[in-house]
This record gives sequence, C-alpha cells and structure tokens, in this order.
Amino acid sequence: MPSKIGMEVSVAIGEAVRLANADVIAAYPITPQTHIVEHLAELVADGKLDAEFMPVESEHSAMSACLGSAAVGARTFTATAGQGLELMHEVLYIASSMRLPIVMTVVNRALSAPLSVWGDHSDAMAVRDTGWIQIFAENGQEVVDNVLCAFRIAEDRRVLLPVMVHLDGFHLSHMIEPILLPEQGEVDQFLPPNQYPLPLDPNKPVTMGDFGPPAIYTETKWAQEVNLRQAKEVILQVWNEFGDTFGRHYTPVECYRCEDCRVLLLTMGSFSETAMSAIDKMRSEGNDVGLIRLRLWRPFPFDEIRQAVRNAEVLIVLDRALSFGGPGGPVCSEIKSALYQSGRKLKIVGFVGGLGGRDISIAGFEEIINRGIEISEVGSPHEFEIFGVRE
Amino acid sequence: MAKKAIDVGRDLPPKIRQRHAVYAPRPVTTKENFAQGNRACVGCAEALAVRLVCKALGDNVIIAMATGCMEIVSSQLPYTSWRVPWIHTLFENTAAVASGFEAGLKAMSRKGRTRLENVKAVGMAGDGGTADIGLQALSGALERGHNFLYICFDNEAYMNTGIQRSSATPYGASTTTSPAGKVSIGQLTWKKNMPAIAVAHDIPYVATACPSYPLDLMDKVAKAVATDGPAYIHILSVCPTGWRCPTELSVRIGRLAVETGIFPLYEVENGQYKLNIDLPKLKPVTEYLSLQGRFRHLSDGVINKIQQRVTAEYAKLKEKAASSLVPAGSQKDS
Repeated sequence: MPSKIGMEVSVAIGEAVRLANADVIAAYPITPQTHIVEHLAELVADGKLDAEFMPVESEHSAMSACLGSAAVGARTFTATAGQGLELMHEVLYIASSMRLPIVMTVVNRALSAPLSVWGDHSDAMAVRDTGWIQIFAENGQEVVDNVLCAFRIAEDRRVLLPVMVHLDGFHLSHMIEPILLPEQGEVDQFLPPNQYPLPLDPNKPVTMGDFGPPAIYTETKWAQEVNLRQAKEVILQVWNEFGDTFGRHYTPVECYRCEDCRVLLLTMGSFSETAMSAIDKMRSEGNDVGLIRLRLWRPFPFDEIRQAVRNAEVLIVLDRALSFGGPGGPVCSEIKSALYQSGRKLKIVGFVGGLGGRDISIAGFEEIINRGIEISEVGSPHEFEIFGVRE
Repeated sequence: MAKKAIDVGRDLPPKIRQRHAVYAPRPVTTKENFAQGNRACVGCAEALAVRLVCKALGDNVIIAMATGCMEIVSSQLPYTSWRVPWIHTLFENTAAVASGFEAGLKAMSRKGRTRLENVKAVGMAGDGGTADIGLQALSGALERGHNFLYICFDNEAYMNTGIQRSSATPYGASTTTSPAGKVSIGQLTWKKNMPAIAVAHDIPYVATACPSYPLDLMDKVAKAVATDGPAYIHILSVCPTGWRCPTELSVRIGRLAVETGIFPLYEVENGQYKLNIDLPKLKPVTEYLSLQGRFRHLSDGVINKIQQRVTAEYAKLKEKAASSLVPAGSQKDS
C-alpha cells in the first residue's frame, strides 16, 4: 500500500507525469513553474521516465512543440505560468481547435506590469476562452490526482481536448504537503496508452489545419463548442472512476458546510482552504455561512452552481483577477450571468483580492464575508470592491 | 537502421549510374505528393519548388507548414493538395511544431508505441515565416539538434498579404510597405542572409536552391533527408505577382538570379562550403533587375551599388568555398 509522503507540490506533479508515462515534455522555465520541469528533467536524466524532454526557447515554442507531438499521437505534457501562458496564447486556441489532447499545469501567476512572480488568477482568466478544459486545484493531492485525470479526459475519444490544471503559484506550488502517490500498476489500469484516432502518419496521410472560409468556419466553431460542453459528461465519469479506484472523489463544484446556508462565499484554488477555516470560525460563532468552491472552470458547471446556491440569499464571490473597466472579477461576472435567468432573488456581491501574491488571512475572509453581507443589505456605489487596497 | 536518401536517379541502369557523376537528363518520379489543382498564381515558382521538393522527399515524411502563400493555395476546408501528412498551425512556430513531431515519434518508437521508422520531420515556411517572425523558433529547433529538415521558400516579401517587405526583400525593391517614392528607392536594407544564420548554428547541412535548377534542388533535398540532424535549405522562388514580371519568365529569372551571382547555389556540409554552380564570369545584375517591375525605378547609381555588393558577396563566398577545399582532397568523395 502506498503511503503519504511529504513532498513539494511541484515535485509531486513531476511524479504524476512520470506515473502517466508521458512521451514528450516541452517546456520553458518561468517562476513559479520551474520546479515542475526541473523535476521532470531529472526524472528523464535518471532514466526514471522514458520521454523526450524538450528545453525549448520560449513558451510559444513549448506549446507549438506540444502541438506537433500530440499530432503524432504522443502523450504530451507542459507547464507554465503568468507571462508564459500569455506568450502561448494564440497557440492555445490551435490546441483546442485542432483537438490535440495536451495536458498542462498552469502555476497561476500575476501579469506584468509591474513585474510580479507571485500568484493570482490573471493569467488563467486571460485564457478563459481558449477552448481548453480547465480545472482549479486546491491542494497538492488534488493537483496530482487531476493531472492523472487530465490525461484520461483529454485523450478520451469523445473529448480529444487539451486540459489545464491550475494551481496557485507559491501558495500551492512551493508548499510541502503530504501526498499519496498511486502505484504504477493502478495508474496503468486507470490510464491506458494514448490512442489518438487520426495522427499524422505517412501510411495514412491526413491534412490538419486547413484554413476555413466563411462557409465553414461557423460550423467548425459550433462543433468545438458542442464538443467542450459534452466533455463535461466524460469529466464526471472519469472523476467517478477515479474516486472508485483511488478513494478520492472530485466534483465540478464543491460545497463546504453550505447546506441551507443563507450566506455563501465562492472561491477558486488554494485560497479555499483558508476560507474553510474562516467558515469554521464563523460557524462556531453562530453565523449562517458556508463555502462553495468552483473546481471545474471550463466547461462551466451551470447546473451544479445553480444547485449549490439554491437556498442561499447572499452569494459573495472572491476573484483573484481584475477585468479592467468591467463589471468586476471574471468569476463573479460568470456566476451572475449563470444565475440571472434562475429567477431567484439572490444577491451577488463581488470582491477582488489576493492579487500579485498578497495573502488573504482567515480574518481577511471574515472581513470579506461581513462586508459582503453589509453590501447585500445596504448596497454599494461600486460594481465590486477590491479587498485590502490602500488608497 | 541507416537512413536512405531518396535517390531520384534510382531507375537508371547500374552501369550508367557507376560511370556518370551527373545525370542530365534523368528520370524523375511522376508521383505528385503536392497535387495539381492548387490555387497558386500563374507562373508561381514557389509552387514549382514545393512540387519538386515533394518529389525528392518521398512518402515517409510529415510536413509542418507555416501560414503563407503555399498554405493558403494548398489547403481550404474541405480540400487539400497534400498526399503526405501535413499540418498547418500558425505563422511563426513551424520549426517548433516539426521538432515536436520528431520528438514525439522518437519517444514512441523507443517505447514500442509506433511502427513508423525513419520518418523525416519537415518544416516549410516562406521568407517572412523564416527570417522574420519564425526566426526564434527556427533557431531553437536548429540549436536543439532535432533530426529534421527546414525549407524556406523565399519569394522576398509577404506576398500572401499583398507584397509587403520582409527582411529578405532585396535592397531597392519596391513593395507595398517599402514603396519607391520621390525620396525613397524602396527597400533600404540589404537582404538578410538566412543561410549564413543557419550555418552559424553549426548544423550538418545547409544549402541554397532554386527551382530553375530542378535536379540540383532535388539532389539537395534528398541529401538533407539523408542527413542525421538539422538541415536547412533556402529556395529562391520567383513570384511574378510580387516581383511584377511576366509569368512566363519565372524559370528564366531564377536562372538569372544564379547567373548574376545575386543568388548563388551552394552547400555547406559540416561547415565546408561548396559552390554548386561556379561561374567563371557573372552576368551583370541589370539583366536580372531589368526584367522585374519592382526594380524599374532604380537609377544607374543604385544599380551600380547593387552590382558592387553582389560582386563583393560572391567573392566572399568563393573564398569560403576555396578555403573549404584546401584540406578536403580526401573528403571530396566521402
């Protein structure tokens, strides 16, 4: 029986990729992603992972090399963060539009300027619409498990889409956590070899990446949309199977002490763990508050979100990214849009905080929740509020 | 398993093959992996170059192509001109994509996950996709030493978007973004020397070619395919649309580019230069320039300047070829 070992989350990700027996890793170093690719480079150098490690000259080329590798049917992994994800931007669309099952961990990092290597979700939000399946992890075990699930989901013939697993830079990537690494045999059973249906193959030539005239472009995009929406069913199946096999269960939306709560807080990523502690404290003090954590960001889990807030009166959403000049954080906008048609009299209050690595403490979350309740009662002159800013 | 070159003269009787170092004329495969019916302009020497390249590449290849003329004329959903596996993704990443499938096949082959063997990864791009926007990805892939072939089809401007200048546009050429005007002669910079940049990466094979010399071109492609490691071929491709020349003169203008010394045909094998067509006397550059509308505004003074530059550059190249020959008596036939 495998037992939990304390290891850095980035190292654990490398171990998950080893267990997945990836064929190609193409990556460019960027803080705070470096420990992942350094560990993978070591695994390859020590012969513990039989893969081609491509130390490419940029993130644009990293993702481009991944396109080529995935197109010949190789199991393909990369990792990046912040500016690196932005440099990949146009390539991300190619991966999803051409149905190339690449898996990437994104170690969430703020965007320049000013330069910041520290974490927030600005990078993730900027690639929201690239057509990738996107999962936000809360802790190290969840990242490891979801990297394995990501290969399985991406390579499923019904899906064939790239998957991003997001984890917070430093706050999660550089933590040492107790990790349970599954055994190779179990992983092999859960994750069969990649069987890409129509690879680039001289024995059966295919043309990939033709240009699409107006007569056909809309149909290709609609097919992509239908494909991504339908992928949710497979994601649920894979998570269920993973749960049955390994005993750790994942759902698109996770509720923490939120049954019949009047006030709910919604977070994504590793800050949720601090938020849980804040909820525990406030509950012990007799407050009617609970937490919702959004794990599956794309495809967006509309039904699960509606279900999770069905009895709430106030929903407070914390975003770790800013949509400049817009309605507030991107997560809050989407939640509002998902719930607008439900006809419920639910007050939704948006906060932006935790930018560029600034931590939010338990007391901070209490403050956010209390201020959120206040706004829900007396209103606010602003579309959203930014937490903890010095003006 | 040793890699085999695709021998375009393979159907000749062995006796003839033994006795003759040069086969001209000689049979060339009728197989067209770049199919007829593409939408290239009339007189497009780039389409001709791609066609010849494909004849020499054979079937065991996977091609990544950059956005550009050849991508647009050969692919439009739901049609294709390609009888070999082909992928287009973006403009600037062709070398990275090709290096990706080389790495993917290498790993899968080692792990017994594919039966494919000796598949040549090939990247193809225009001069903009190579010398400008794709230079970084190309440099990275050459430096990493992938076993792949990169071919630049150089028509000396962004022709697909409407004849805008690139860094490969020659001095004095009028393009839509380097127009000749009352105070400008057009392009004010000298053509970027891409083959020299490839050579600087210390790769085993670099060559220049032109479809006006089809056998030379196909030989070089076959040689590049047989090379273990990165190979780079730079092909001058006459573009009647952008160069404003008669469509029936494409082949002739390509020959003149070589005969004037403007675009010499040479190879650099493991750092050793070899001029493939070493002319005792170069034709004056006016013979080349005067056939093209893009140069028609040039004064005698500017033409003289171009002539001096071409003469000097050609002399430098000859010097490199001569110094490569010094210790090479024994290497010549290897």
